[in-house]
Parts: sequence; structure tokens; C-alpha cells
Amino acid sequence: MKDLLLKNCRLCSGEAIPKTLCDIRIQNGKITEIKTGLQPKGETILDVAGKYVLAGLIDMHCNICEPGFENIEDIETSAASAAKGGFTSITCEPNTKPVIDNKTVVEYIISKAKAQDSVNIFPYGSMSMGCEGRDLAEIGEMYQAGIVGISDGDEIIDSAAFLRNVMRYTKMFDLPVMTHCEDRTLSGKGVMNEGYTAACLGLAGMPREAEELHVARNILLAETTGARLHIATISTRGAIRMVRDAKKRGIAVTCETCPHYFALTEEDVEDYNTYVKVDPPLRTHDDVQAILEGIADGTIDVIASGHSPTPQNEKNKEFGNAAYGISAWETAFAISYTYLVDTGVISLERLSEMMSKKPAEILKLTQKGVIAVGNDADLIVIETTQPYKVEPKEFASKAKFSPFAGFQLKGRVCHTIVGGAIQI
Amino acid sequence: MSLHRKDFFGLRDLTAEDIRYILTTAETMKYILNQKNKKSPHLQGKSVIILFYEQSARAKLSYELAAQHLSANVVDMTNSAHDMERESLQDMGQLIDQMGADFIILRHPMAGAARLLAKCVEASVINAGDGYNENPGQSLLDLLTIKESKGKFEGLKVAMIGDFLHSRVAKSNIWGLTKLGAEVHVAGPPTLLLPEMERFGVTVHYESKKAVQDADVILTTRMRLETQDKMNLPTLDEYKRFFRIDHKLLQYAKPDAIVMHPGPIQRGIEISGGVIDSPQCIINDQIANSVAVRMAMFYILSQMGGGLV
Repeated sequence: MKDLLLKNCRLCSGEAIPKTLCDIRIQNGKITEIKTGLQPKGETILDVAGKYVLAGLIDMHCNICEPGFENIEDIETSAASAAKGGFTSITCEPNTKPVIDNKTVVEYIISKAKAQDSVNIFPYGSMSMGCEGRDLAEIGEMYQAGIVGISDGDEIIDSAAFLRNVMRYTKMFDLPVMTHCEDRTLSGKGVMNEGYTAACLGLAGMPREAEELHVARNILLAETTGARLHIATISTRGAIRMVRDAKKRGIAVTCETCPHYFALTEEDVEDYNTYVKVDPPLRTHDDVQAILEGIADGTIDVIASGHSPTPQNEKNKEFGNAAYGISAWETAFAISYTYLVDTGVISLERLSEMMSKKPAEILKLTQKGVIAVGNDADLIVIETTQPYKVEPKEFASKAKFSPFAGFQLKGRVCHTIVGGAIQI
Repeated sequence: MSLHRKDFFGLRDLTAEDIRYILTTAETMKYILNQKNKKSPHLQGKSVIILFYEQSARAKLSYELAAQHLSANVVDMTNSAHDMERESLQDMGQLIDQMGADFIILRHPMAGAARLLAKCVEASVINAGDGYNENPGQSLLDLLTIKESKGKFEGLKVAMIGDFLHSRVAKSNIWGLTKLGAEVHVAGPPTLLLPEMERFGVTVHYESKKAVQDADVILTTRMRLETQDKMNLPTLDEYKRFFRIDHKLLQYAKPDAIVMHPGPIQRGIEISGGVIDSPQCIINDQIANSVAVRMAMFYILSQMGGGLV
């Protein structure tokens, strides 16, 4: 049942945004008509009563944990959690077990995702065999099997020579290269941002330079190799400045941040709150300000969820011993709406671009990211006026915790439609 | 007045008034300690668990003696890091709690461990050192020693010399001294200072004589070789060339300046042998005060219920 008629939609993405409410006809999973006053042809009708309808969100940075870590999250809970959060397409980092470094694992994930008949899952391939940063993975075979990018899987590539080769090799497939930027010799034993708060709490710090050094290095390598570089989870003022400068010079670099990097700061670690233990660490108010500027001026292209679940008992520990990670799919959009659109930093259209259109462009998902006739019917319906309370125990994700528990947010996702099928 | 709290984590979350109250109480306890019969009944029927995940001689001894002087039952369960891996801190806390303990004295290698434990137990938790965070007991005895010697904190110039990165007592002392109105000057190798250290309300120097200039009190830290990798400091020999407290450096301080050290001291490294043996160095007073301060901490917590009522 992939035919659907959406009535009374307030559209917020697409080439020409109609000023009045309109209807969207979906046939066989594709958008076939966008007009006012469409007549039903026997399909299911969903009247959204003037709510905003956006292109489905596309998550460029998240972990589905399958295969290998199904106790933390699996494809089924990932799809359910992502759908609740309004993500109609998600990617997956290759640091699974086995690592996504060959076509068999890619095919496994794609076929299992298809069998779910839910949210689309587009795997990233690992740059290196076993995510070890040493030997090239079979990028070409994985490309043919359907990967949309290659990534270090948040395992840092220490060797500049290796990354340079990855960038050169990948050029023949024009795949984006995702890098987690952290110089491990600088971040060392740090568990949060280095600075006054870390000093007050007696916790070892990771200096901002640890991120910035690798951002600088990777931009240089992208410039000389001509590869498409995507910087994952950018979090410091210095890193954003370098990306801004690189873009001005015409280097093919894009970057993303996650909602927790602009909604929270290092001060939220106060009282050793392990739910905000993430990597890169939460930074300062000044960095948050820089992120907001970067979002407003387009330096930051994409907002990803950064969903990296972890078992609850790994969080119930001394801060230094607790696991990194955050359960983010089910809050990402509402946090972004509340902290960016409701506050006037950017428009809802621009947010939709950052969470749908731009990721689709970078990952070359040509039928997605924009509401247009002929495109895949991946849509979300959102409610923007009534605040709602974040209740992590109701998460569909296996990671039922959040630093945003109890927050009053606007921008609740009411419906998620993937290929014309209503998921929620 | 009384201090309404279940636990002691550090000086950071105490007010100047709280600290003064603890010090006044400690003076009373010192009076008890100077009697022939040192036993007082304040913790009679209460039990104190010493849960140390790190080795320590003086902290353990002083907490244990303090508890015994106050008539508590004391159980020492000094754990090794090996046990820590087998059983979580929360589970250990639950176990102790279920057995009806009233106080847990925790020393632990991770910052914030005492807070974590306190959240899941009914017993009062006293932080006897957590990672590189705080050590309130040691700090309060330093403050008591300063008060006895100088009579006040307002307007005192205190120089602190050494390693701040790895010294939890130094950090507790900074919180305490700045709250009590002392002017704090610190000096040490830049790699062993805290990030954004000025924000703690102290003046930072790289030259020890600038920090010591006109000082009333000089506090030194332990230079711990085991926690210090060679990336922060080349050798202790080089350290002492620049930061050792000796008679030459003391010329810059006030003539009646006192010199303190948390112990164990390495003669000739943090402080020269000559200064250690001089009357200006009052580390014996510090040791003498250590039990009184811990008695005061127990007494104050017991006043508010003392863990399980």
C-alpha cells in the first residue's frame, strides 16, 4: 500500500513553495502531484490539517550497531527510533563487528534493511580493513554494493599518508570521505573539553586543538587530492573558521554538527553527568556561538543526529570510566527546531535543507531530500506550536536515556512517511 | 548554626560560613584530643566504613583514629583496583548500605566517585580524595593550621608552589582560601598548572619568588613521580632548581611566614632540609590537626542524622 493522499499540507521544502495549503498525491512510493484540492482516487487519506510537511530527514552520522553489537541497538530498533525522530533515511558508521569493509557486510545490511520495509539505511564503507587505518578496504566493491560514502567509523586515522591515499583512491568513485577529527596525541586521556570546567571537576581535558589539527590536516589533504571531504561532528570555533576559509578557497569540503553541540555546553558535565559524555566533547559557550554563526552563514552544511547508543549500565559509572555516546534520533529534530528555528537563528526552510536537502546532495541520493513531483515520497509532518516533554523511557531506541530528559521542546514529529508508507 | 548536609565532597560546594563552622568545631575537637581521656560518645552506636581504592597511610590513620575517638565502630576495607573491576562502586555502596553503615570514607582514583556513591547510598559519604578533584579533609586541616598560626584569612597572602594538575588538596585549598578572603598566588611549571587557572581567582606566576613575595603562608604540594609523566616535567632535579622552598627564597616572604606541606615530604625537592628543620615549617602542626578536623567532619554530619537515623 504505497498510495497515499496527504491533505492540507503546509509545505516547507521544494523549489517553489506554495503559499497556501496543498495536497500531495503519492503513487507507488513516489510523489506524483502537488496541488490544492486533489480528489481522492481510493487511496488512503491523511489529513494533516495545516501542519508543516517537510522532506524526510536524512541522517549522515549515526550508528545502527548491527552486525555485532545488537545488545546496544539493532536494525529494527534503529529503524523504529529513526522513524520516531523523523529520519526517513539513515546511514551507518562502518565500525560494526564485522567491520563494513567488504561488499558482503554491505549487502547484508542493505538486504536486512529492505526486509524491514521501513526507514532507508545507506551504509558507509570503512576506509581501511577492520577500521584499523592501515590497509585500504575494498572501496570499489563496496561502492558497487551500494555504499554512499566512506568513513573512518569514528576511529581516528592517525596516518596522514593513509588518509591521503584514501582520498586519492576514492576519487574514481566520487564518494564523500567522512572523517572524525581528533589528534589522539593531544586528546590523550581526556574525557571532556579542556578548560575551567574540567579543571573544577578534576577531569582530564581534550583541548580544542586536538580537533582543529585534524580539521586543518584533512582540509589540506582534500585540497591537494581534490577529494570530497566531509568533516563529521564539528564542534569548535577554530575548526569552523578553517572550514569557512577552505570553502572560500573553493575546496570541496562540507561539515556537520549535531544538536547537542549547540544545545549544551561543557558546563552540563557539572555533577559528572555521564549522559553528556560524547566525543568530540561538549565545548564552551563561545564555541556554541561559533556553531550558531556557522549554521547561519552556511559554513556548517548539515545537522546530523550523532546517534551513538550505549548500554545504560555503561553510563552508570564514574565519569572517567563511563562510555561515550548519546541516544539522539528521537530528539535531534525537536532540539534543532527549538534552538535554531524558534530562536530565529535560521528559518524552518533552512533547517529542512540542513537535515534533508544537503545530506541528499552530499550522499547523491538524487530522489530524496526535496519534496517534488517524481521524488521518493519520504515526508514528515511536524507540530511546531505545542511544546512537549522529552521522555527517554518512551524511546524506541534501546538506549533509553538522554541529557535532554524533561526538556520542553517544540517541533514534535507527528508522522513519518517512507516511500508512501506511514511509519508513525 | 549547623551545616545541613549528608555528605562532604569538597570545598567547592561549601560556603565561607560552612568552612568557618567546621574549623570552629575542629578547635573544640582539638580540646577533646588534649584531654587524658580522648574518648567522646558522639558516634556511639554508629559505624564507619573506610573504603579506599588507593593506598594511603595518613588519611586512613586520621579518619580511623577520629572515628574511634568518637566511639564509632570502624571497618577498614581497603580495596585494590582489582576489586573495583569486579564490582561497581554503586554495588559496593549498596552492599555497605544494606549492612547498616552510617559513614563511608571513600578514596577513589576517579574524579566524582564520591558524588556517584552518595547518590545511591543512605550513609553519609566523606570524600577522602577522588582522582584529581578534591580532598576536603586534608584541605580543612591546612586551613585550621593557618588559622591557628595567623588568626585570620582575610588579607593573608598565601603562596602555593608546585603541581596543581595532580594535587587534589591544592585545588581544595584554592577553593577554601579564596572563599575565606585570602589572596592566593600560585607558581609552578606551566605544564603542571590548571587550564584557565586565573578563573579560580588566583594570580599565576612562573617564578616562585614572585609568588612568595610578602607571603604570610607558603603551601607546597607533593611532587608525585608516579603520576607525573616526563612530558610535564623533565626531572625533580630541574624542578627543585626553580621551585624548591629554601632560605634564599624565604627572604622574599614575610619574616614570620609559615611553610606547609601535605606529606609525605621529599627532603630537598619540595622544601630544603634547612627549611624543614626550621621553626617556620609547621608540618607537625598539620599532622596534629588532621585528626581533629576529621572528628569535626564526623560530628557535623552526625548532627544532621549521621547517615541512617
